[in-house]
Amino acid sequence: MSLRRPDALGGRAAIVGIGATSFSKDSGRSELTLAVQAVRAALDDAGLSPVDVDGLVSFTMDTSPEIAVAQATGIGELSFFSRVHYGGGAACATIQQAALAVTTGVAEVVVCYRAFNERSGRRFGSGVQHREPSAEGAALGWVLPFGLLTPASWVAMAARRYLHTYGLSPDAFGPVAVADRRHAATNPAAYFYRKPITLADHAASRWIAEPLRLLDCCQETDGGQALVVTSLERAHDLRRRPAVITAAAQGAGRAQEQMTSFYRDDLTGLPEMGVVARQLWRTSGLGPGDVDTAVLYDHFTPFVLMQLEEFGFCGRGEAADFAADGGLEIGGRLPVNTHGGQLGEAYLHGMNGIAEAVRQVRGTSVNQVPDASRVLVTAGTGVPTSGLLLGRAQ
Amino acid sequence: MTDAEPAAGFYERIKAYEGQSAAVGGEGRDPVNSPMIRHWCEAMGHLLPVDGSAPPTMLQVWTMAGLSGHGDRSGPYDELLGALDAAGFDAVVATDCEQEYVRPLRPGDRIVFDAVIESVSPRKTTKLGIGHFITTRMDLRSGGEQVGTHRFRILKYAPAPRKAPGKRPRPVVNRDNAGFWNGVSRHELLIQRCTGCGTPRFPWLPGCNSCGGQAWDTVKASGSGTVYSYVVMHHPPFPAFEPPYAVALVELPEGVRMIANVTGVPYDKVRIGMPVELEFAVVDDELTLPVFRVREGV
Ligand SMILES: [Zn+2]
Repeated sequence: MSLRRPDALGGRAAIVGIGATSFSKDSGRSELTLAVQAVRAALDDAGLSPVDVDGLVSFTMDTSPEIAVAQATGIGELSFFSRVHYGGGAACATIQQAALAVTTGVAEVVVCYRAFNERSGRRFGSGVQHREPSAEGAALGWVLPFGLLTPASWVAMAARRYLHTYGLSPDAFGPVAVADRRHAATNPAAYFYRKPITLADHAASRWIAEPLRLLDCCQETDGGQALVVTSLERAHDLRRRPAVITAAAQGAGRAQEQMTSFYRDDLTGLPEMGVVARQLWRTSGLGPGDVDTAVLYDHFTPFVLMQLEEFGFCGRGEAADFAADGGLEIGGRLPVNTHGGQLGEAYLHGMNGIAEAVRQVRGTSVNQVPDASRVLVTAGTGVPTSGLLLGRAQ
Repeated sequence: MTDAEPAAGFYERIKAYEGQSAAVGGEGRDPVNSPMIRHWCEAMGHLLPVDGSAPPTMLQVWTMAGLSGHGDRSGPYDELLGALDAAGFDAVVATDCEQEYVRPLRPGDRIVFDAVIESVSPRKTTKLGIGHFITTRMDLRSGGEQVGTHRFRILKYAPAPRKAPGKRPRPVVNRDNAGFWNGVSRHELLIQRCTGCGTPRFPWLPGCNSCGGQAWDTVKASGSGTVYSYVVMHHPPFPAFEPPYAVALVELPEGVRMIANVTGVPYDKVRIGMPVELEFAVVDDELTLPVFRVREGV
């Protein structure tokens, strides 16, 4: 990874297995059980067994340590284990970590996982009212006493400025929710299977943190998702068509905060995603016109619009029109979140979106984009983040 | 909440009941007797006195009115309670009692008692609500001699709104930002400034993001500002806040932004670009916060 040059990671590793538990509102299982079931499912999909695994990667927020997952999965010695910070911003970075390990020989087969009972257990949407006086806690301490206590509220502050700057109303976010839910409606794994919504439904849904309505906010989910990464060389011997990691990148902006980057720039973009975008394009040699479909992190709809702009799929301030014209739908300019996204399928901190990108490359998505060969995936927005370009082997 | 703002002179009127009788010539329903002493000791886990006397702390038992109520209450006491009820202090809670024991009570003692309204407090604000404490003193006698005193205090109050507001989340104070919050407690809004390159800085951090310089001083904010963005919070509810409420990102002319509440307009009238003026809001005993009032005429 570099801020100025292409990196040497691109094209040398692949995602060869994906596996998930069911996505529910009450799993009835421990978070560790969910993690183990997802890891085993991903290994089955890859045609590998636990004894092949020598690396595990997860999120710092995950409650299931690598060693516990290894023990309960039948995985033996580990030569690589790593956790990535910043909530959903970690998603694509877990794959980057795995790719770094398998291309340098630090490990051969690495499984990335994320599992939680985010609906039936600790719900992020229920808000924060106290933080320890660490640097991380103090950063959030500037907003808590004033009642800005939820992820929705932190996103809403930037969303309001975006609408103001470009002369838009909160209805501008509707097409993002409608596209997600339309895709979920035909995905049997989605929580909102067969439950599409209209723009009118969006506009009629209640306020959560103005200008965000209920239907601008992702679901809360219990579930687990895992992905298996190995070298491209080894991938060719396995049973699935490899989803080649064409490029992988992390990004943090100048004066970056976690969800509360209110004190920099003009609040109408996602500079950290700009860092990711530049590196993905630079390393892959590709550009916005080369991508067949994208999975854009959608915990809240406004940041989907800003991501379209950061990656150059449209100009600054043009994303609302891009979405309103059906640009995000199958057959549109850039089909987005064909699994239904985190609004429609499940909120798995972005890991389910990587699995959908793999299915698009394999040609097995329930909402397959014809002949998709290049897929963009992004991780958590409003936080230090990450992204991937996946493609087919030459 | 009932109307707990009584007319002028109300306290003088209820204070006038001090010294008036609360009960006259009351008689214990039963003489002091061994079975009640034994039952009470068993129920309370009290050691049965070997000499057959009643434990002193049992004093109130001998004067209790029983299920049929206070037949021996005096007119003045009922009048006082009625006046408080009428003024909105219609809830009651027993707060404490004090007893003095002159001599042990033995089976066969027949208790008679008088009670006096000893004091009526001025208006007090309590966690339960606003009200007046009433203290009555009961003097107990047996065979013409004083055997004990029982002081009983109640609060007659107007219940506070049922949803007692919770405390606001506290600022997260550490060594790097204590200077800011110390300033706020003195009603000063302090912005850090890099002494190397002069860049103003907020939030507070130990070094400068523009030049990396570690030396800094502070400048006191002039107090003017502009709403840069805002959110109206609706859901979920939090104990210290009543949705909907507005939270703003305020830009200061000194070159920094900060999150704060906006006052002086309803939540749905906050707009980007509104000029605002710094104030300090005392939220509770331990917390003062900077807030921004929308300037007159906006
Ligand atoms: Zn400086």
